[in-house]
Amino acid sequence: MEQKEKLSSKQMLNDLMADHYQSALDAKADGKLVAWATSIAPQELLTTMGINVVYPENQAAAIGARKEAQKFIDHSEGRGYSVDLCSYARVNFGYQQLKKSESQDIPMPDFIYSCSNICHTVLKWYENLAKELNIPLIIFDLPFNHTYDVQDHAAKYMKGQIEEAIKRLETISTKHYGKKVEFDHDKFKAVMEQSNATSQMWKDATMVAKAKPSPLNGFDLFNYMAGIVTNRGTKAGYEVFKAWKEELEAKAAAGLGPWKPGEEEKFRVMWDGIACWPYLGSTYKGLKNNGINMVTSTYPDSWTILYDNGDIEGMAKAYSGIYCNSNLQNGVDRITRIVNEYSLDGIVFHSNRSCKLLDFRQFEQQRQIEEKTGVATVLFDGDQTDPRAFSTEQYNTRIQAFLETLENKKEERRKG
Amino acid sequence: MADIKSLIAEFEKVALNPAKSAAELKKETGKKLIGMFPYHLPEEIVYAAGMLPVGMWGGQTEIKLSNKYLQSFCCSMIKANFEMGMNKTYQKVLDGVVMAAYCDTLKCICEDWKVAVTDMPLIAMYYPQNRKIAAAIDYMGAEFKKAQEQLEAIAGKKVTEADLEAAWEVYEAYRAESRKFVKLVAKMPKTLNATVRHLVIKAAWFMDKKVYTEKLAALNAAIEAAPAEEFNGKKVLVEGIMVEPIALLDAFVENDVCIIGDDLSHQSRMFRIEGRKEGTVYEKMAYRIADAYADPLLLDEKKEHGKELIDMVKEYGADGVVVCAMKFCDPEEYDYPIFKEELEAANIPVLYMEIEQQMESVGQYKTRIQAFAETLA
Repeated sequence: MEQKEKLSSKQMLNDLMADHYQSALDAKADGKLVAWATSIAPQELLTTMGINVVYPENQAAAIGARKEAQKFIDHSEGRGYSVDLCSYARVNFGYQQLKKSESQDIPMPDFIYSCSNICHTVLKWYENLAKELNIPLIIFDLPFNHTYDVQDHAAKYMKGQIEEAIKRLETISTKHYGKKVEFDHDKFKAVMEQSNATSQMWKDATMVAKAKPSPLNGFDLFNYMAGIVTNRGTKAGYEVFKAWKEELEAKAAAGLGPWKPGEEEKFRVMWDGIACWPYLGSTYKGLKNNGINMVTSTYPDSWTILYDNGDIEGMAKAYSGIYCNSNLQNGVDRITRIVNEYSLDGIVFHSNRSCKLLDFRQFEQQRQIEEKTGVATVLFDGDQTDPRAFSTEQYNTRIQAFLETLENKKEERRKG
Repeated sequence: MADIKSLIAEFEKVALNPAKSAAELKKETGKKLIGMFPYHLPEEIVYAAGMLPVGMWGGQTEIKLSNKYLQSFCCSMIKANFEMGMNKTYQKVLDGVVMAAYCDTLKCICEDWKVAVTDMPLIAMYYPQNRKIAAAIDYMGAEFKKAQEQLEAIAGKKVTEADLEAAWEVYEAYRAESRKFVKLVAKMPKTLNATVRHLVIKAAWFMDKKVYTEKLAALNAAIEAAPAEEFNGKKVLVEGIMVEPIALLDAFVENDVCIIGDDLSHQSRMFRIEGRKEGTVYEKMAYRIADAYADPLLLDEKKEHGKELIDMVKEYGADGVVVCAMKFCDPEEYDYPIFKEELEAANIPVLYMEIEQQMESVGQYKTRIQAFAETLA
């Protein structure tokens, strides 16, 4: 225990992730059930059932960041997958066949668990996985919210799917273990409580970045995100975010910024969209070298899934109401709030070749947010994992122009 | 034969000039027209409200205004729809538009439309993907009811149950007659060549379905009464969202390739599911979605798209399958690698062609269709 207290949150996060992957691999080796799930799926059901789960998006991001994506992408494209499809999916289809990665291995799944609140793409992607692996497919289809808020009939539909999923998990487990396995509703409540607590702690930690200067270098968000994706239902996840929050608070109290002493946070910006994993270094340096700190993104809220314990429809609404699944007006309002709450000077929009859902609203979002908040914005072309769809030179040129706008706006503000 | 030719000419006239046909339809019937985006939408409710649904499947238009909202990698059909909303082509004839988020692109288009096209009522829907469970049937009922209220406001008329029942019957008859027509192509592959077949089916999107069905029934009867045509060309199934421009269909005809059957969203996927007999009209409409199979726009747990194509090849006696993949269409692009492997394993030749609606020339497709036809036994 004493030794544990000395660990930094970053070390704790590394341990958490290592344990996450190792326990899934061990579970598979021991003949236990393993699921592949989408990143913001109702993990509460799997956690309650004690089923190990890994997240292909998370693995694809790791593969991308360690510059290993191309071989998996090539494999998928060789089988006929279009270059225009999501690169996470192309990496994952490649891994599903090659089954070996230098970056991060995951066990093969016994069933698939997919939730459409992050995109429609995952429905098709996971449908293919279930077919190719000949395993059950459990889906949660969360209607896209063309209305500002989640509608009641949509929450009822989601509730129906949760009830259906519980039955299917019981059937899958019973068949797999050769003995009757039942869903434990008391444990479910405990898991819901933990999931809410961990979500809240994640949110609280990321909110410390509101301090000026921000103690958080936002690219760290991309690292800690792996923790919230994989451990939203665990106490261990909670502990990591608690430690992270305390570190950030201590830094903020001491007036420390995101980088080394002397490296000034000149401008504070938000990042819209997924990271460019193969170019984390370039995208980071392009901003940092100009004193631009990415303070936050839409990520903190996306995993802040909060609801009253035991309220299944409330849980459904929380999963459905995330940024990706919300209408344009709702998205604009959210980002406007972020701009104000985090005292931002600008927004970096990643036009991500993989993500049509975020892209095809982005131009209008950019216009509306600029008009509402007056902050500087920039949009650059890239991709979450396909290394061919990004140019460092082009990115830096865009950031230079962005910097000029940021400086001009600052000067205007100074002059009043 | 004279009957057949003149009936076909009527359909061709309608389908070759959608804008003009829609304007005439509005003038002749005095009814309001509601634009229906791809794909499955509650046309029966529009019809029951005393209005006429009109298909919106893109078309030839210069892409300009929509670039303000959409990156280059957006499906050309949906982009064309958006452009024609922005440049006010649709406003000339349509009194409202219905769309549902069947893919990520449509989710966004619907949101952009609210900002970019403000002079026409928009009814935004969502059809469930977990479509077979009871909760989905209830959900669809609620969506239909909501859409109905919005449609009633446009129509200025309340829809009764009797209106819905009558509309359902019109649509079931239309779907049954359309299923019959696609089977009859095999009898007259020359007369009902790729282009003609397409135009006959397409005309339904710009006519009162009741009138269309009567004319199609007459055509079907005339085909049944006519002698079978001898045909020495090749027969293929086409798969995809839709096959256009017309020059692309002409390329099949020029190469003596008959489209003997289709697995297209614009065609058979719309009418191949027969409605159930029991339940309210809302339930029957919902069950048509639940019962749909091998449709890339609807989640299929068993993923039987490949199996369906193999079955169709046998049923229609096709020599091969031509995939007309709408570029940037995610649902189609995810299905292709899976069914390609299944078709290859069944020794069924496949030609994959990536198409865009605004392509300037179909020259390369002509060559590819010709080369493919030559390889077919």
